[in-house]
Amino acid sequence: MFGLVAVAAQLLMRAAGMEYCLTQLTMSVYYAIVVMGLCLLMGYAGQVSLGHGAFFALGGYTMAVLTTHALIPDPNAAWAGWLRQARILAARPDLYGNQVLTVSPWAAFIAALVLTSVVACLIGYPALRLRGHYLAMATLAFGLIVSKLLLGSSYTGAADGINGVPEWQLVPGLVITGKKVNRVENYYIACGLALLTLWLLRNLVHSRVGRALQAIHDRESAANAMGINTALYKLKVFVLSALLAAVAGACFTHYTGGIGPSEAGALKSVRYVALAAAGGMANLWSVTVVSIALNYCSLRGMFGTYDNAVFGILLIIIISLTPQGPLKPLRAWLGQWLSRRQKKAQQRQRAA
Amino acid sequence: MELALQYLLSGITKGSIYAVVAIGFNLIYSATGIINFAQGEFVMLGGMVACTLAQFVPLPVAIAGSVILVALLGCALELTLFRRLRRHSILHLVIITIGLSIVIQEAALHLWDEKVRSLPYFTGDQVSSVQFFGAAISPQVLWVLGTVAVVVAGLHVFLKYTLAGRGMRACSSNPDAAMLVGINLANMRTLSFGLSAALGALAGCVISPITMTHYEMGGPLAIKGFAAAIVGGLGNPMAAVLGGLLVGVLEAASVSRLPAAYSDVVSFAILLLVLFIRPHGLLGSPGGESVREH
Repeated sequence: MFGLVAVAAQLLMRAAGMEYCLTQLTMSVYYAIVVMGLCLLMGYAGQVSLGHGAFFALGGYTMAVLTTHALIPDPNAAWAGWLRQARILAARPDLYGNQVLTVSPWAAFIAALVLTSVVACLIGYPALRLRGHYLAMATLAFGLIVSKLLLGSSYTGAADGINGVPEWQLVPGLVITGKKVNRVENYYIACGLALLTLWLLRNLVHSRVGRALQAIHDRESAANAMGINTALYKLKVFVLSALLAAVAGACFTHYTGGIGPSEAGALKSVRYVALAAAGGMANLWSVTVVSIALNYCSLRGMFGTYDNAVFGILLIIIISLTPQGPLKPLRAWLGQWLSRRQKKAQQRQRAA
Repeated sequence: MELALQYLLSGITKGSIYAVVAIGFNLIYSATGIINFAQGEFVMLGGMVACTLAQFVPLPVAIAGSVILVALLGCALELTLFRRLRRHSILHLVIITIGLSIVIQEAALHLWDEKVRSLPYFTGDQVSSVQFFGAAISPQVLWVLGTVAVVVAGLHVFLKYTLAGRGMRACSSNPDAAMLVGINLANMRTLSFGLSAALGALAGCVISPITMTHYEMGGPLAIKGFAAAIVGGLGNPMAAVLGGLLVGVLEAASVSRLPAAYSDVVSFAILLLVLFIRPHGLLGSPGGESVREH
């Protein structure tokens, strides 16, 4: 279903000669992956996190630092040669045309995942004991700390962020890059990743784990009494959703060729939570659709200077009218409309 | 020694503003269970409206007018939005306040402009200062501290000794029982929104000569105020004062030791530690709040 919609969107845009729109669509699909992870954490496990922008940035920045900075002091050492042969290191020209040894994207990606899961464990272990608004504050504080550190240190490029991140060859023939010729291919990479995430999360939600999470969401003490290790489940889900954010951040960084400190900011994190809420929280489909649509509108700059205002108003309208996400009422309405049409057609037949 | 005192005083000044924002958070939280992230926007609006009014009328009238206008706006928000959405979960309502804060901020940008503006100093001007044990402080700082002290004392008296204030406390401790004894719950909620909007606006006016008023100032204030309210312990306006002062002093202390870019890192790291050691804030009590969360 999602795949069909994605292909249809691409063909439509090609037909309309608006393929340049795919760039923003790709970016909003990556953002949607973060929101999907948050949807699992908030909608199913009932834990709020205002720090997911930080995990997104953590993934992105790890990739950017490892693939652009020359980390090896002596590029001619024997062990550097081995690592190079093992494809862990890669040589590339720097800004001034000199050859420098950097970490190859796949190795950097693994490093990013390891780093993110370690950080998520360290933060999640004490923070997930907190409840409700206190948990929100703790994750918000974590996000702010990360964003200020990124903003303050010259190693991560301070306010400019990091630019010139190289392309990432996933497998021969598939490259994550912002180049114009690879636009369609990259769009499908992002959609494929989103589809994979969606499939994974759906399976998780409909499994034993998903039912345990629902129990935690409804009443934690009751879940505990049923013999569910609530602390462990919460931590696992927190780490999983942080990892999803980091994966999205890593791909996003390679796609746009750089990352800035604003990605870690509190505003981004709050935006992710708002999007998850607007999608109806425990409703993966609707969360995905809403977050792609709203992010796409913002990235295209459809409303000019009123962009933020429109986002705020849409947020208020969607949540106050359809707290379960806009797709459910839409489907119900569509079903009603269809059945009414059928009835009318039958009546007409009978009359004739 | 003088330098330390100077930093301490600036921390207390900032902290007292955070405290007022945190009190606003608390008033609305205890009446409705909502964390109102538009609280910082009330502060911004208070300053903005007062700046505009001050061009036409004398300063005290402008401030009074702005406080009343913003309070009316707070009541209007409750009447038009939150009163109609009682069946929504708390989290949804919190997200709506985030949406509101975005909308108010953008409205302020388009109504006024992106320029920084400020009210005139209440007494003296930028250069006049008062010596205090060797530290030089602006008379406006005294105005801020005095106003906050009066507000806190007044609020204490209001909650403790007046009928409306007692009704409000009853609503927060047990809404059903409060309704049974004839307290109009819905009106109490409106009152709490109006009151915290008014407090925010007043804070926005007194702080305006020092920190200036800008359409984007609300977000950071809301975050700091939220931190203060959480660290103090939700549901207790007087704990918010402690939380606010703590946040302000921590911020000033880290500015004095570290590069300015890292000032928030230290204060938020300490806040995290406080939360990990005392999961319900310094003065908050565990339990009771789980009912409100869902």
